[in-house]
Amino acid sequence: MLHLRASSLNDTLAIAATIAGMSRSGDLVVLAGEMGAGKTAFAKGFGAELGVTEPITSPTFTLVHSYDAGRITLHHADIYRLSTHHQVADLALAELLEYDGIVLLEWGDVVAQSLGDHLFVQLVADLDDENVRTITINGSGRTWATRWDRLTAALGAFEC
Amino acid sequence: MNRHMRPVGDDTLVLGIETSCDETAAALVMGGYDVVSSAVSTQVDLHAQFGGVVPEIASRAHLDLLNPMVARAIVEAGVEPERIDAVACTVGPGLIGALLVGVSAAKALALTWDVPFIGVNHMEAHLYAAFLEDPTLQFPLVVMLVSGGHTMLIEMQDHGRYRLLGQTIDDAAGEAFDKVARFLGLEYPGGPAIDREAVHGDPEAIRFPRAMLHEGLDFSFSGLKTSVMNHVRKHPDVSTADVAASFQAAVVDVLVQKARRAAEQVGAKGLVLGGGVAANSLLRERFLSVCTEAGIQGFLPSRAMCTDNAAMIAAAGWHRLRSDGPTSLDAGAYPNMRLQFLP
Repeated sequence: MLHLRASSLNDTLAIAATIAGMSRSGDLVVLAGEMGAGKTAFAKGFGAELGVTEPITSPTFTLVHSYDAGRITLHHADIYRLSTHHQVADLALAELLEYDGIVLLEWGDVVAQSLGDHLFVQLVADLDDENVRTITINGSGRTWATRWDRLTAALGAFEC
Repeated sequence: MNRHMRPVGDDTLVLGIETSCDETAAALVMGGYDVVSSAVSTQVDLHAQFGGVVPEIASRAHLDLLNPMVARAIVEAGVEPERIDAVACTVGPGLIGALLVGVSAAKALALTWDVPFIGVNHMEAHLYAAFLEDPTLQFPLVVMLVSGGHTMLIEMQDHGRYRLLGQTIDDAAGEAFDKVARFLGLEYPGGPAIDREAVHGDPEAIRFPRAMLHEGLDFSFSGLKTSVMNHVRKHPDVSTADVAASFQAAVVDVLVQKARRAAEQVGAKGLVLGGGVAANSLLRERFLSVCTEAGIQGFLPSRAMCTDNAAMIAAAGWHRLRSDGPTSLDAGAYPNMRLQFLP
């Protein structure tokens, strides 16, 4: 598990970009954190690194936003409104991953156990300094185990 | 070839169907502008207990409600189904399961009656809502769409010719209302709840940020939402009414100032408000006063036209049929459909 400290919005964007740079088709990145913790900001940094040029906006109401980024499609989903695993299954995230896609799943901690290999990213806002976030990262499954050392090295600057 | 391939005109009667999100709706519109009947069944009561849109429930409810809504629209209009010249339906953007209910039904009806099927972009239909109440609106027109999923400033240069002037870069205004309401422990839907709570509060009690107020025509509401939460966490005893009133004032300030600037920039002949947040009482009041100050003709559609309905789908469908003809029955539903903008 990696414990990082982002002391500004730019740090959060840079951490997201670093992870995006190591991501590939079929990856699922689960974002956890309270409202205002910076999940959508993370998605912006992640998408920008993949080459998404249009604004990445909150998918809370629309549930899934898909962005074409050259060779890959970024699917940005938000299950804040869904109350059961059954409803999450209806979003067909596994199918989205099959077509040269990366899925970023906000509020995904609720269903993380039932998901396959994924990278878990937990964002926590600092109560004293509104620019600061503690970001905890954990890999689940083989696809992340093979990249873990490189990921740890790349994010070393932010470790706390 | 369809039964009705006569020219699209003032006597062309279009059935509109809408199932993209919360509402199940059907309507009949004559000649693109005249609402003959409009039936809307809202699922808000169903969603209130869950605090938001639940797609599984949405699809099933659409299945149960669509036939009764179509029947009601036809009966209210007092016409025989044979009189209907075309069937228009929202094909995107929206939830795939919900969209498919409407699209399947619309295609089945078009096939059965042997009339054209017209796929409609839900966002484009919102642009047409105002025309149903004021067909004399002149181009160029600036439309500000403010809802749970969208916050956009669009210039309508003509039918089918749109330019995106600005949009939110993070959260939609309606989403900010819903999330702040939930954070404050107010009920769902959050927009009306904040509106009611704000009446008892002081809009100047807390100076929340007006993000990007002087920068272009894009919007940002994510920071405002975070700022409200930080303030309440630091001041647990703060009056909820003051927070609601101050938050609402910050959102409305940004919306009306940008709308005015957009209208002035393009030399708009009119400024139109649309989307669910257009029901907000402070926004309506400030919108009209800003239009008066700027000498722009402001138009506030009724609440029924601002929120999702099928009359706007039928209207947009009529224009689309006139310009492009029928949509192929092979066409599907497009959850991520974008509105085509001029460069």
